[in-house]
Amino acid sequence: MKVSLFITCFNDTLFPQAGQATVQLLERLGHTVEFLEEQTCCGQMHFNTGYQREALPLIRRFVKIFGQAEVIVAPSASCVGMVREVYPLAAEWLGDQTLLAEVRALAPRVYELTEFLTHRLGLEDVGAYYPHRVTYHPTCHSLRFLHVGDAPLRLLRAVRGIDLVELPGAAECCGFGGTFAVKNADTSLAMLGEKVRNVLSTRAEICAAADTSCLMQIGGALHRQRAGVRTVHIAEILASTEEGSPA
Amino acid sequence: MSETLKGHPQPTFQAGARAALGNAQLRRNLYKATSTIRAKRARVVEEMPDWEELREAGRALKEEVLRHLDTYLLELEASVQQAGGQVHWARDAQEANTLITQIASIHGAHEVIKVKSLTTDEIGLNRALAAQGIAAIETDLAELIIQLAGETSSHILVPAIHKNRAEIREIFLRKLQVDSLTDEPRDLTNAARLHLRHKFLTTPVAISGVNFAVAETGTVCVVESEGNGRMCITLPRVLISVMGIEKVIPTWQDLEVFLQLLPRSSTAERMNPYTSLWTGVREGDGPQEFHLILLDNGRTRVLADTVGRQALNCIRCSACLNICPVYERTGGHAYSSVYPGPIGAILTPQLLGVEQAGTLPYASSLCGACYEVCPVKINIPQVLLYLRGRVVRQKQRAGGLRERANPEQLTMRLMARTFANRTRYERAQKLARSGQWPFKHGEVIEKLPGALGNWTILRDLPAVPRQSFRDWWRERSTTEANHKEEQE
Repeated sequence: MKVSLFITCFNDTLFPQAGQATVQLLERLGHTVEFLEEQTCCGQMHFNTGYQREALPLIRRFVKIFGQAEVIVAPSASCVGMVREVYPLAAEWLGDQTLLAEVRALAPRVYELTEFLTHRLGLEDVGAYYPHRVTYHPTCHSLRFLHVGDAPLRLLRAVRGIDLVELPGAAECCGFGGTFAVKNADTSLAMLGEKVRNVLSTRAEICAAADTSCLMQIGGALHRQRAGVRTVHIAEILASTEEGSPA
Repeated sequence: MSETLKGHPQPTFQAGARAALGNAQLRRNLYKATSTIRAKRARVVEEMPDWEELREAGRALKEEVLRHLDTYLLELEASVQQAGGQVHWARDAQEANTLITQIASIHGAHEVIKVKSLTTDEIGLNRALAAQGIAAIETDLAELIIQLAGETSSHILVPAIHKNRAEIREIFLRKLQVDSLTDEPRDLTNAARLHLRHKFLTTPVAISGVNFAVAETGTVCVVESEGNGRMCITLPRVLISVMGIEKVIPTWQDLEVFLQLLPRSSTAERMNPYTSLWTGVREGDGPQEFHLILLDNGRTRVLADTVGRQALNCIRCSACLNICPVYERTGGHAYSSVYPGPIGAILTPQLLGVEQAGTLPYASSLCGACYEVCPVKINIPQVLLYLRGRVVRQKQRAGGLRERANPEQLTMRLMARTFANRTRYERAQKLARSGQWPFKHGEVIEKLPGALGNWTILRDLPAVPRQSFRDWWRERSTTEANHKEEQE
């Protein structure tokens, strides 16, 4: 299958390793990956912060760039949620019927990586090897907006060598919430505190998730506390084999 | 809302949250109460095979009501009048308070007893009555506790959720003139019972809210757990019920849906303990005079908004408060409104106007838990997003030059311009990489200036890496192309 990678501006700029792992994994599974270099940002930060008129050109731009793609895959549940759940609302609220039709045609072809692997390709064992103790944080957008269910956990359970430990209070938000983390920093940190305590209680060396944004929040505190726990995008785990980890 | 006059901006959520987050006793009380009720609710909802159908039925009924609100309200008015009740229409809080005060005064009341009611809190009824020399006595145990403590409610259903029993014992010892009291729930309840029983038997006027009012029959329904509401509704000679106009439902049969949804969502009970239903007046049985006040107070404005109006579906169960990770930590007072939590964050700014409560739509990480538990499927995250859009537009319109120079506005406009063009975007990536050196400490950034400093209070930030994904992609493509050429 020809997969068009929606890298997200966040991963492109701050977490390129999540994108690289996605490419390596999809290629290893026999798919052709294309990267449309015109892509920038889906507009989520603007839209969610209330700058919705400002987000509209970014939405139109995204639809134009990816309009012809057969399937679009992103290593981010929250950006996929933006395209699939929020783009139609945006078009509706701003009264653009043409855009609404385009968005509705595009949305079903946009997948978050783990749901693409499980729901679309029907895979669980992707042939990965990862000899580490890992706990998994299922992000709010993957759980409650995309409804990926236990897809990421099924993928992780099939990884050879992994010591997967359940995260207590897994479904609760880490407190990131985009600009919420800055606008309501005190509350965000109070939420993060509990998430970090739960991560530490698992004695895992790695906390994984399908969103680097949530991982930046959790990892930011873990690093500040010198907790000795790393955050890793699930793509990096799934891309790892006996031959080595992704670049 | 009752504590803040209309026309004065509400205190920001941030300020309220900061105060609450530092209160260890409050944090402990909230955690204990919300986690207990969350777990119980999950259990009693799970056992219902048709829960999703019920939710959908509840939503559909509410939507039907809102679409034909005028018709159902007129039908309700006629039914209540036919059953011997009197119906009054109140445009706002002031009109409602004047009406109620007048009715109480006519009967020479110096005291009135009250059934727990959010709507009367919303209009600040107790203060309005006090101004006319009428004391309002709260009879719901938790409402009584906070009334005696001189505080305001912090939860829709459990107004004193922020208090533990040791604190309640202190309040009762101070205010109820009892000599000795343990902090056992039974003891505390008995103290309140002795205090209230006398009031039930001697006070001539009672005031209640309304959970549901059936248009078809004129029946009014109040749902409660203690039976104190039942006392108020049956013992006094005069009963005044105040309802937001959205509380009307079409038929008696529709109660079937809501009386299943509400108790499981609110108190996590299979069936509600005291469900009182009455239709007008009946000679020799119960109150001989019944007044129903239909209150607008901003609701028709909410109704006019096609996206925001779903907030009026709310049946005040408080499941969204109990599940909300923000509410669990800040409690209700941070929202500065009778309606706290996720539902309050979408209702308060709509009732008061977004310019009055502009920080509330941002009091959420958009985690979506509230929508999942809402028994009438109010898409709270969606309405939060929508209201954020209205807050920003309102600021942009009203703010003039000062707002245009606001750092957030400037940053957002600049970033939108950057993201709209690939060349500018790639240039910005390079700029971030080369410009971060004053802040970089190894592979992380530990301190940032301005608003971004809020990030680095307790969190490190990864430094922008040497190579972006697109740089890597290009490099790889070039290497691959060269490799191919060599092979050929």
